[in-house]
Amino acid sequence: MATLEIGIDEDVAVSPVKRTPRLGLLFWAAIAWIILIFAAAGLVGVLPLPSPTDMDMLERRAPVSALHWLGTDGLGRDELARLIYGARISLIVGLCAPVIGVTIGGALGMLAGYFRGRFETLVVGSMDVLLAFPPLVLLLAVTAYLGQTLLNLTCILGVLGIPAFMRVARAATLTLARREFVIAAQALGATHARILLRELLPNVFLPLVAFFLLGVAVTIVVEGAVSFLGLGVPPPISSWGSMIGEGRESLDVAPRLAFIPAITMFLTVLSFNLVGDTLRALTDPRQGAL
Amino acid sequence: MLGFVVRRLLYLVPVLIAVSLLTFLIASLLPGDLAYVILGDQATPEKVEALRHDMGLDQPIWWRYLGWLGHVLQGDLGRSFRTGQTVLQAVTERLPVSLELMVLAEIIGLAIGVPFAIACAVRSGSAFDRFMTGSSFAMLSVPTFLSAILLIYLFAVELRWLPATGYVPFQDDPVGNLRFLVLPALTLAFAEWPGIMRVLRSDMIATLQEDYIAMAKAKGLKPSRILFVHALKPSSLTLVTITGINIGRLIGGTVIVETIFALPGIGRLLIGAIYTRDLIILQGVVLLVAAGFVIMNFIVDMLYAVLDPRIRHGHA
Amino acid sequence: MTEPALLSVENVSVDLPTPRGNLRAVDQVDLKIGAGRTLGIVGESGCGKTMLSRAILQLLPKKAKLSGRVMFDGHDLVRLDPERLRKLRGRSLAVVFQDPMTSLNPVLTIGTQLIETLQEHLELDSVVAKRRSVELLAAVGIPAPEQRLMQYPHQLSGGMRQRVAIAIALSCEPKLLIADEPTTALDVTIQAQILDLLAREQRRRHMAMILITHDLGVVAGRTDDVAVMYAGRVVERAPTPVLFKKMHMPYTEALLAAIPKIDAAPHTPLPAISGRPPDPTRPIQGCSFSPRCRYAAGRCYREKPLLTASESLDHQYACFHPIQVTAGVCE
Repeated sequence: MATLEIGIDEDVAVSPVKRTPRLGLLFWAAIAWIILIFAAAGLVGVLPLPSPTDMDMLERRAPVSALHWLGTDGLGRDELARLIYGARISLIVGLCAPVIGVTIGGALGMLAGYFRGRFETLVVGSMDVLLAFPPLVLLLAVTAYLGQTLLNLTCILGVLGIPAFMRVARAATLTLARREFVIAAQALGATHARILLRELLPNVFLPLVAFFLLGVAVTIVVEGAVSFLGLGVPPPISSWGSMIGEGRESLDVAPRLAFIPAITMFLTVLSFNLVGDTLRALTDPRQGAL
Repeated sequence: MLGFVVRRLLYLVPVLIAVSLLTFLIASLLPGDLAYVILGDQATPEKVEALRHDMGLDQPIWWRYLGWLGHVLQGDLGRSFRTGQTVLQAVTERLPVSLELMVLAEIIGLAIGVPFAIACAVRSGSAFDRFMTGSSFAMLSVPTFLSAILLIYLFAVELRWLPATGYVPFQDDPVGNLRFLVLPALTLAFAEWPGIMRVLRSDMIATLQEDYIAMAKAKGLKPSRILFVHALKPSSLTLVTITGINIGRLIGGTVIVETIFALPGIGRLLIGAIYTRDLIILQGVVLLVAAGFVIMNFIVDMLYAVLDPRIRHGHA
Repeated sequence: MTEPALLSVENVSVDLPTPRGNLRAVDQVDLKIGAGRTLGIVGESGCGKTMLSRAILQLLPKKAKLSGRVMFDGHDLVRLDPERLRKLRGRSLAVVFQDPMTSLNPVLTIGTQLIETLQEHLELDSVVAKRRSVELLAAVGIPAPEQRLMQYPHQLSGGMRQRVAIAIALSCEPKLLIADEPTTALDVTIQAQILDLLAREQRRRHMAMILITHDLGVVAGRTDDVAVMYAGRVVERAPTPVLFKKMHMPYTEALLAAIPKIDAAPHTPLPAISGRPPDPTRPIQGCSFSPRCRYAAGRCYREKPLLTASESLDHQYACFHPIQVTAGVCE
C-alpha cells in the first residue's frame, strides 16, 4: 500500500509517459519519401527520361543541365535515369530478401516459442551458429561460388536475415503463449495449427512488420555495400551501391556522382528506419522507441 | 560462480563444433572442384584424379571433416596451396592490423558515445538530449561505406590531411601507422557510437530514477561520485555487453573498411581467399573468426557476472 | 517551545504539474520540531507525507514546485546553495527510506556505502572509516559486522538491510533523522525491533526524529508529538498522549478505530474508513474529508476549515465539528 503511494506521487506527476510516440512531421516525411521513391521506380517507363545505358562520350561528367537534370556520369550516362533505375534494383533486393527472412524466420520463431523444449533449443542454437559467421564473408563466399546474380544475392541476404526475424517472432510468441486465451483454446481442443494461425499469428504479425521495415533498411545497406565493392549486383545492372562505387573514382572532379546516390540511399534507409522504429515502439513499448 | 562458468562452457562446446562443421561444409560443398582449380589449364582427367587422391578429396565428406578437425585441434589449420603459407602464419600476419583497427574503432566509439550518453542522461528531455538522440538515429542509417567515402572526400581529397589508402606497421613507423588508421577507425567508430550512446543513455536514465540514487543524494555525496560510481556502475552492464558484441561483430565486419582503405587485414585475406578459391585459407580463417565471435560472447557473459554480483549469486 | 526549533517547515506547498492538471501534493503545511524531540506524521497513502519528507530534504522531482520555507538549523534549505545543502545532507540531516532493497545500491558493497558517507563528511581515512563502520553495524544489532562489509545488499535479509540503512543514516551523528515508513516493507515481527532500535538510538544521541507512517499505532509511545495529515494538509496536531486521550478530528478518531485491537472479541468487524482519499488533481470544495466523515454537515461542504488551537495551545485541529469526547488510550 505504501509503495503505491510513492507511485501515485511520482509516476502520475513527474513524467507523463508518452504512450504514443509522436507520429509527427518526421514520420510522415519518411512515408512521403518512401512513396516518392516507389513511385519513381515504378513509373520509370513512363517518365520522360533518357535511357540509363545510353553513353554519350562527348558529355562525360557533364554538370547539371536541362537535358541531364543531374548531369552525367563517367561514361556519359544520364545520372537521374541511372538513379531511378538503380532505385528499382535496390528496392527489389531490399524488399524481397527480408520477405524470405520474415517468412522462414517468423515461422521458425513462432514454432520455437510455442513448442519450446528440445526443438526450441535446436532452433535457437542453430541461429546462434549462423550468427557466428561474419555475414559479409558468407555472402561473398556464396556469390563467388554460385555466381554473382541478382537472384543469388537476394536469396543469401534473405537467409542471413532469418535469425533476426526468428528472435522477434519467438520473443513475441513466448509472451503470448502463456496467456489465458491460448490455454483456453487448447482446453477447447483446438489443434496446434489453429492456435498458431488464428490466435498467435495476428499478435506476432505487427512486431514482425515493424522488424521487416528495419530489415529492408539493413538489406539496402548491405546490398549497397557489396555492390559498392563491385561484388554485388552484376554489371551492367546497377544499384545505388554500384553507382557510389563508380562515383568514388571521380571524387576529386565530380563528387556529386558519388554523393547524389549516397544521399538518396541515406534518405531511403533513414525513412525505412524511422517508420520501422515508430511501428516497433507502437507494438512493443517495452523495447523503447527513439 | 563455478557452476555458472561450467554451464556456459558446456553450451559453448557444441556451438563451436557446429561452427566448425558448418565452415567445413560450406567450403567443401560449394561447386568448383579444388583439383581443377589448382591445376588450372594443365588439368587432364588423369591429373585431376591423381591430385584428388593425393589431397584426399575422394574420401567421404565426414571422413575428411574428422581429419580436418583432428588437425585443427592439434593446431594445424592447413597450408594454402597458393602462397604456401600455413593458415596460422597468414592469420598472425594479418590479425594485428585488423585488431588494431577494431580496438581503435571501439575506443573512438566509446570516447564519443559514453560522454554524450552521460550528458544526455543527466539532461534528459532537454533540447540537447533530443538533438543528440535524433542525430544518433540518423547516424545509424548511414552505411559504413558512405561514411568512408565522406571521410575520404573530406580529409583525403579536399583537405589532404590524411592518406586515403595504405598501411605501415606500427613497429616500423608509429606515427605513419596511426595516420593510415585514423580514417578507417573513424569510419567504423561512426557506426559504433550511436548504438553505444543510445544504450548507455537509456540505461542511465532508468538508473538515475532509482531510489538508491535519491539515497545517495540524501547522503550528501558529491554529484560526480553519484554519477560515476552509483549510477554508472549499474548502467555499465549493458555497455559491457554491447561493447563485447560489437567487438565480436567487428571481427568479421572490417571487410568493407579494409577493402576501401587497402589495409592488409583479416578481411582482405578472406576476400582474397574467396577469389583465388583458396579453400584452405577460407576454411581456416572463417573458423577462427566465427570461433572468436563465439568466445567473445562467452567472455562478455562472464564479465557480466563479475559486474553484477546478483547474477553471480544466482539472483537478479 | 522556548528554544528555536531545529526544523521549522513554514507554509510549505508542493505543486506537481500533471497532464490532468495541477496536483497539490502538500498544501500549506506548518511543522516544527525541536532538538532531541520526536515527531510522528501519520496519514493514509497519498496524503502527501512522503512528498513532505522529500520537500524537507529538497529531493523533489524536477518538475515539482515548492513554495514556503524550510528552516533547518538556521538555514533555509529551499534557498540554500547546492554545495552547502550537500554538506548538510547526510551529516546533520539524515534519512531512512522505506524499502531498503531499493534504497541501497545493489552493485556496491555494504562497506562501500557506509564508508563513503564517513569519508565524505568526516574526512576519515579508510582504516578509521572501516573501523567506525564495523562499530556502527554492531550498534544497530548486526551480527558478524566485519564480514558484512564485504557483502552486497541482496545477501542480507530485509530487516538486516534496514538496519544497515539506519547505520548509514546515523553514521555522521545527524541532528535530525527522517524515517519515512521505515518498517512498512518489513515483516511484522521485525517491525517492532526496528522501531525500538530507532527509538533507542534517538534517545542515546539526543537526535531529533521525524517518524512517518500510515499506522497510528506505531507512533503511540514512540513519539513526543503527532501530526495527522489528510489530502496534503495537516489536520490535527498535538503532543502524542494528548492526541490519544482527547482527539478532536473525526479522521483521527476513524484512524484509531481502524487499528485492530488484540482484546476485541473474535470476528469483530474492523471499522474501516469508507470511501477513498480524494483525487489530488481535483480539489474538493470545502473540507477534504467531508465525503467520508460521519459528522459532516452543511458548512463542512462549503468551507475549508483552518487549523485552530483548542484550549491547550499545543493541540491544533482543522474541523468545524471537533469531537470533544475522550477516547480510550490505545497502545
